[in-house]
Amino acid sequence: MSDAFISGIVVFVLASFVGFEIIRRVPPTLHTPLMSGANAISGITIVGAIIAAATADGWISYTLGFLAVVFATINVVGGFLVTDRMLEMFKKLPARSK
Amino acid sequence: MSELAYLAAGVLFIVGLKGLTSPTTARRGNRLAAIGMLVATVVVVIDLLVDDAQMAWAVVISGLIVGGAIGFVLATRVQMTDMPQLVAAFNGFGGGASALVAAAAIVAAGTGVAVETLVVTLLSLVIGSLTLSGSFVAFGKLQGIISGRPIAPPGGTATNGIIAALGIACGVIAVVTGEDVWFWAAGALALALGVSGVMPIGGADMPVVISLLNSLSGVAAAMAGFVIGNQALIVGGALVGAAGLILTIEMSVAMNRSLANVLFSGFGGGPVDQDIGSKPVKRATAEDAAIALAYADRVVIVPGYGLAVAQAQHAVRDLATALEARDTEVIYAIHPVAGRMPGHMNVLLAEADVPYDQLQDLEHANPQFPQTDVVLVVGANDVINPSAKTDPDSPIYGMPILDVDEAQTTIVVKRSLSPGFAGIDNPLFYEDGTMMYFADAKVALEETLAAVERL
Repeated sequence: MSDAFISGIVVFVLASFVGFEIIRRVPPTLHTPLMSGANAISGITIVGAIIAAATADGWISYTLGFLAVVFATINVVGGFLVTDRMLEMFKKLPARSK
Repeated sequence: MSELAYLAAGVLFIVGLKGLTSPTTARRGNRLAAIGMLVATVVVVIDLLVDDAQMAWAVVISGLIVGGAIGFVLATRVQMTDMPQLVAAFNGFGGGASALVAAAAIVAAGTGVAVETLVVTLLSLVIGSLTLSGSFVAFGKLQGIISGRPIAPPGGTATNGIIAALGIACGVIAVVTGEDVWFWAAGALALALGVSGVMPIGGADMPVVISLLNSLSGVAAAMAGFVIGNQALIVGGALVGAAGLILTIEMSVAMNRSLANVLFSGFGGGPVDQDIGSKPVKRATAEDAAIALAYADRVVIVPGYGLAVAQAQHAVRDLATALEARDTEVIYAIHPVAGRMPGHMNVLLAEADVPYDQLQDLEHANPQFPQTDVVLVVGANDVINPSAKTDPDSPIYGMPILDVDEAQTTIVVKRSLSPGFAGIDNPLFYEDGTMMYFADAKVALEETLAAVERL
């Protein structure tokens, strides 16, 4: 195995643990925005999609690259936007005068 | 240098996710993660430009425009009640993108590719494909295009086992031989497994399924990161994989079922209890409900999926405001699996301007029921069924429920006595302290509000 691959495994394992530790205590109120925000982050595959599309030659790889960019961009743009739309609605209890 | 920029993107994802764990920082967190994504995207473009300006930029740009436009329209037009299916669709697109990245790598690869690269390419392709087809079946079920009832594949759940075994076999051959055709076969079987695996899962189990698909879309992205040797994908994907897995486990626990049981049991497809409707219930009118609510000191509202279906989140908020104006304390008790995705009810109520600190989770709500005068249940059933505590033979026995039976009076707004998803009767409906108000949730809440205002 190449060094780059092994350091990839290291990063993967560490990031998984960081993810577990950060999200373990998230309040149920935020479960939906958390999921859609996390979902948008999984759109990071857009980087791979752009590389695949840019380096494509031949109609098969053009098609694959194009679809990959489209799918990933839907995921990224839609995911972050809709999460922002949801979070905009979350408001704290105003100090009520009784 | 670009490695450092990707690292920065990864850090922004971590800080962003951290922000999403508290309502006060969540919006900023989401934006930080979005900035991380922008950084990664800009860096990869610059990298490619430095490498060689003669590239298929038309393909990239047109893809970004088309995808961006679709994503923008979907995100800005969606109704909050439809959020579960939108997130399911986004999961599917994310998984699909990772599968396509792997597919492009397979097409581009020559011979003599290292075994570990073949393995991660296969995993990215297979997990991404499974996420793609599984998510769109979940989307179809949530959107009502496909029946929400469990639909078993021909041959039953054993079929899924056979498809999975064939897929693994093809995958092993693909890695050993390195021949493209075996990769495509494994990918096709993964697509089939996504369909046949999600079809038998019923609507009420969707919170678990969406969480799991969310996790898988992250893992697929991480594997794609190994394929192209990019750490930003590995970090982002691993974070999402972990986040989705935590939610998957939490949702399973909230239903007192193992993940395997949710995935393979076809729960909710059993026969419907035939005794339902044979026992007398106390019926309530809008006036009865209004009197009980208006003279209560403390009211707990329990929203369920029926509230989402009826789009009654604003109506319930209006009623609560009217009660608060009469000095009645109102809180909302939300079961973890109310609705069709984790936290769905909270988003709907937030949309109706209900402050989030009025929303109580199971742990905090349950000790409060004995001191509650009136519980108003709107379109929930299984999550308040006392059989979960009292009847060891019940299919939902052991599931944590909201103990509404401990309150003095319970008003249940429901369209009919028809059973909830589990197909079982709810003894709560026949108790002395329970009033049944048979109506559409929105209509019932509006009529009750009118009656409160007449008092």
